[in-house]
Amino acid sequence: MGDLLNFRDGETIAETPVSIEEFLGASNATAVRIEPGEDARLLLPHLDRIALVEVTFPAFTDGRGYSSARILRESGYTGELRASGDVLVDQLFRMRRSGFDSFAPDKPLDPAVVETTLSRFTEVYQKSVDGRRPIWAKRHEVN
Amino acid sequence: MYQYDSYDQAMVDARVEEFRDQARRRLAGEMTEDQFKPLRLMNGLYLQLHAYMLRIAVPYGTLSPRQLRKLAHIARTYDKGYGHFTTRTNIQFNWIKLEDAADILAELATVEMHAIQTSGNCIRNISSDQYAGVAADEITDPRPWAELLRQWSSFHPEFTYLPRKFKICVIASPNDRAAMRTHDIGLELVERDGRVGARVYAGGGLGRTPMVSPLIRDFVEEEELVSYLEACLRVYNRYGRRDNKFKARIKILVHELGVEEYRRQVEEEFLHMRTLGIQPPTEELDRIRAFFAPPVYETGLSEEVDRSDPDFALWLDRNVVAHKQPGYAIANISLKPVGGIPGDATADQIDLVADLGERYSLDQVRVTHAQNLVLPFVRKADLYALWQELDAAGLGTANIDMASDIIACPGLDYCSLANARSIPVAQKIAQRFASKEAEIGELKIKISGCINACGHHHAGHIGILGVDRKGTENYQLSLGGSGAEDCSVGTITGPGFTEDGVVDAIERATNLYLTQREEGERFLDTYRRIGMAPFKEAIYG
Repeated sequence: MGDLLNFRDGETIAETPVSIEEFLGASNATAVRIEPGEDARLLLPHLDRIALVEVTFPAFTDGRGYSSARILRESGYTGELRASGDVLVDQLFRMRRSGFDSFAPDKPLDPAVVETTLSRFTEVYQKSVDGRRPIWAKRHEVN
Repeated sequence: MYQYDSYDQAMVDARVEEFRDQARRRLAGEMTEDQFKPLRLMNGLYLQLHAYMLRIAVPYGTLSPRQLRKLAHIARTYDKGYGHFTTRTNIQFNWIKLEDAADILAELATVEMHAIQTSGNCIRNISSDQYAGVAADEITDPRPWAELLRQWSSFHPEFTYLPRKFKICVIASPNDRAAMRTHDIGLELVERDGRVGARVYAGGGLGRTPMVSPLIRDFVEEEELVSYLEACLRVYNRYGRRDNKFKARIKILVHELGVEEYRRQVEEEFLHMRTLGIQPPTEELDRIRAFFAPPVYETGLSEEVDRSDPDFALWLDRNVVAHKQPGYAIANISLKPVGGIPGDATADQIDLVADLGERYSLDQVRVTHAQNLVLPFVRKADLYALWQELDAAGLGTANIDMASDIIACPGLDYCSLANARSIPVAQKIAQRFASKEAEIGELKIKISGCINACGHHHAGHIGILGVDRKGTENYQLSLGGSGAEDCSVGTITGPGFTEDGVVDAIERATNLYLTQREEGERFLDTYRRIGMAPFKEAIYG
């Protein structure tokens, strides 16, 4: 397992996340894990007591976690959103755009490559949940 | 046509550098082939049987002469002197070295071209009607909408690792020249209460489970189209099957959920999406639209065309179609010379088309899904001179929508997925039917070298599917497909044939058609009227 990459203002959450099933049971956990086939919207009623959502990527080619992340952010979740598993440097840019702010990759990432990759695209075409103004907003001076 | 501003240019330039870095890491062994594969695919780079193939996007099939010259240059410098136009109106080069790929992308970026998302499980190049902007039957030019969607779909944060590839087509005519309903999402622009919006179809596709897309929503307002499409894609990304690659396209999801349920889920997601402010303002579509404004047409042009040269007259009848502006015509350039490779063009031919586009067609050239080219703005008075130049370069074949205008995938001659060769079959059919096609009339023959159906065989009036049967190539025949507004999936006739056998079988089918047809009927019409049984009888006897 590689080091945890943190893009948050504060520290990452140390608590070990529990499964969504356990979380929705009688758990007091504040950290929860979502697997690719699980519905992130099940967490929406509980966002105010969640400090960490870990979204797993068993294979980097399975893109369901991007939807899970964006749904949580669109619904106002502000806690830590961590991508774990088969997280590779070339997926980081889109993961950041989808709202992830920490990463627990299976294999360590080269910090220099991470830096270059994340700074490469200075503009974006879409409005997402990362606060970046899309190109169309800049063209027409709208927010 | 659309011109990049500094933002668009920055995006493709960044992409070139990104790919250069990825290729470097791969060549240095810092990345495995498994990790590199999806990245190179999203830059259109496939590993084929003999070399890498690079597929370059031609957004909505529109090219400028300057871009064509760059493609010709790439063909000469990095390939074997030719390129291949595809059924997605893209162009691909079959003999590329990985070491050169980033340089090629950099060259493309200088003429506002790229290979972004021409492969991979992401939203692919947006296709459209090759007669957009000049067709008499269109309600608006669909290309501004396609450009809006090109930008929206490029580097999308959420929809880049979809269950499977995703193809979107936008048309704006009741006559479908782009096989819109065989796409994952098909948009037909329609007018309602004086406003233009999109009729949305979803879940069409060819491949091993061909489906004609059902209507999902009758009208989406211009101001909500991106939001609506995000909803369509999100439902697919979350719930499309990922357990089996052959069941991963959206058509399977729509089919398994049922149209009603898919629609319901999309509507629910749409209610959420429309609150997020993700839709570009209408000013953005207006900005793009300005690039597609009609040219300044000359008026008072002659409508007369001298038909005294019979070869020219034949080309006029077969390859030239009506333009919405008096005095102008739309000229198709067939890339299907009898005995040639469907869709192939040499570097010299591509350069010539660039010249002709400049001199005769207001700097515009189009690519069709049938793997031909179009000069959309030709003065009628220039048609004869144009034809003479085309003919001299081997580009004057008069066969649009005829038996020898065959769609064929690259097949086993190039493709690592293929089970059988497509090109030699196309060549044999063209040779057999070239002399009879005047009598036969419109007949769309489409050939795929494997079940993935890149040659659109399901949508052929006559379709041919190459399969591998106990180590030998075998060809299944189907009849009655169509990719047009009367979209349908062909029906297999019965047991397959050898390469020569399938050509004979087609001849028996067309002979039956010639004896059975009623006034004005195309092959497809006769088949639909009399059904499979008599054709089966004629073919297998």
